[in-house]
Amino acid sequence: MSSAVADARTDSTAAPPSEKAALAPVLRVQNLEVTYYTDLGRAKALDDVSFELRSGEKLGMVGESGSGKSTLALAMMRMIKPPGRIEGGRAIVGDTDLMSLDEDGMRHARLSKIAYIPQGAMNSLNPVTRIGAQMVDAVKSHLSRESRSAVEDRCAHALRSVDLDPGVFRMYAHELSGGMKQRVCIAIGILLQPQVIIADEPTSALDVVTQRQVMETIDRVQDEINAAVILIGHDMGLMAQFVDKVAVMYAGRLVEVATVREMFTDPKHPYSQALISSLPNLNNKGVFQGIPGLAPSLLRLPGGCAFHPRCPHGQEELQRSVRPEPVTLASGRIVTCHLYSGEAKHG
Amino acid sequence: MDNLLELKNVSKVYSRGVVNAQSTIALQDISLTLREDEPTILTVAGESGSGKTTLAMLLLGFITPTTGQIVYRGKNITTLQGKERMAYRREVQAVFQDPFAVFNPFYTVDHLLTVPIRRFKLAKSKADARNRMDEALTAVGLRPEDVLGRFPHQLSGGQRQRINVARALLLKPRLLIADEPVSMVDASLRANILETLRNLQRDHGVSIIYITHDLTTAYHISKSIIVLYRGGVMEAGDVDTVIKDPQHPYTRLLVDSIPWPNLDQRWGAEKIIARSGGNSEGCRFRSRCPAAMEICKTQPPLFRINDHHTAACYLYEKQPEVAAENLSELLPV
Repeated sequence: MSSAVADARTDSTAAPPSEKAALAPVLRVQNLEVTYYTDLGRAKALDDVSFELRSGEKLGMVGESGSGKSTLALAMMRMIKPPGRIEGGRAIVGDTDLMSLDEDGMRHARLSKIAYIPQGAMNSLNPVTRIGAQMVDAVKSHLSRESRSAVEDRCAHALRSVDLDPGVFRMYAHELSGGMKQRVCIAIGILLQPQVIIADEPTSALDVVTQRQVMETIDRVQDEINAAVILIGHDMGLMAQFVDKVAVMYAGRLVEVATVREMFTDPKHPYSQALISSLPNLNNKGVFQGIPGLAPSLLRLPGGCAFHPRCPHGQEELQRSVRPEPVTLASGRIVTCHLYSGEAKHG
Repeated sequence: MDNLLELKNVSKVYSRGVVNAQSTIALQDISLTLREDEPTILTVAGESGSGKTTLAMLLLGFITPTTGQIVYRGKNITTLQGKERMAYRREVQAVFQDPFAVFNPFYTVDHLLTVPIRRFKLAKSKADARNRMDEALTAVGLRPEDVLGRFPHQLSGGQRQRINVARALLLKPRLLIADEPVSMVDASLRANILETLRNLQRDHGVSIIYITHDLTTAYHISKSIIVLYRGGVMEAGDVDTVIKDPQHPYTRLLVDSIPWPNLDQRWGAEKIIARSGGNSEGCRFRSRCPAAMEICKTQPPLFRINDHHTAACYLYEKQPEVAAENLSELLPV
């Protein structure tokens, strides 16, 4: 079983994963920008987003609805549809800039370099063809010369990795439970052992027990193929249980990137602080602390820092008129807030 | 004793097919009492397929029980007619899961509020109607001028869900059935909606049946809890004891799987046994239970663990049994 993985790995990448791969980031997103040209005006859904991820790392992407989390995933997959447009930036997987590939190159990169498990993926399975046929389709479109039996081995292996019986290969979607369908989607995502997996709210429709099973599956599969995982969601509890790093998005910008421990014990950005203090736990029963105010419309962003109308420190002239730039603090975490503009790492 | 709502041994069986009739027991032998003078928040928790939405549908009178009775203020709800039926329709209100699906996109949100006012003839004049709408919206923490006259797509999910709560409030209900009201709302807005619901109970004397799979919010909002699994009660009692000290192996699994936003409180390590079909006899959780015994092939009754805690599990067979009808006596209000 493990040799099959190793073989596939050496086939698809020039060098086997070595110490070098562990050091260099497998994913580098640089200054990614997406704008939607709507009838009501331009909405900048992604504004100068940059971050890096190493193989084996898990990044949680959190933020309110409309903050640009899913747009970021779609932009990395180059699946933004008009009226949206990728205006600039790069997304480098290994040493390939996805943004510079032609359509056909990108089609091949999807699933083999970067896989995307969309929100509600389990409802995307075709109800009238067997699970197996859908898996074989995915492999065939990338590796058209692979033999029938090799393809089926690959599928059976993927199903086993997500803890499903190989018999699922011959079943239809309606014969599976929600959690099983979600695991089928993960199995399809890992068929070609991508270096980056993006999972957009993979468990939002599942109950806690199934959710835990699915997350444990992703965890194990990730270990097996040593991919980098981006988990998009707004459930901070799930983030605490699963990811290594948390990135907080607000109105299309990354406002903070920190390790999960830093984020939970010492959030820096006022929005992250509000997010963390709004979390329920067993010790503050009956205390409901929401975040005051509403997420701004991307069409009419407040000037200066987009968070200033909701920010307890936001009433200064600086916050209202000057856009904060990302600052890297001494510990390596990144914060986009005027409060920390004087604390930039030196050297 | 004045009971607002009484469920007497209610079961619901869905059957399909004529020749090879197959039936699914969606809810089995549930008894429950809510008192009129003590408004409370009761959580009904369980995973998908546990029968929690069937319970909501039964309480709202959308489906009728296969056996047993649902009695609202002394009257069986399936035989209500005329005025009494209208009164029941008004006094028992619902908030559903999806704040996007309940609005008609062609109407402004006012429509959702004016229809019930007209239907139940709540207002004498236009100004009176407007006052009532303003009052209900203010009670859920919305500024009427922010939302009235707007179309659903112009409002956020949280605002829409609060309008749903306002609609229910407008009718001055006695009982609110909230079926997963926050599961589709952003975490930061959940707090606001839950607080609105709690204030409804505290300040307006509305009893709430809070149906959810999310034990975290259940813990924060409710007083007592019933845990369902495949149509049967597994454990019930005071929400604090059930969640902090779960006794039934199923509840333990549930509580263990809550992703607490706390780095020092990790998911349990033991392997989850996948759900398999079948076993209609005996304990429903048997096939997944790490503690399954021979005796579990017969249906376990409820055992009383203490005054406010009961579990349907043979691990506690030394404890006195509780008749299913008396479940409510163990639920604090």
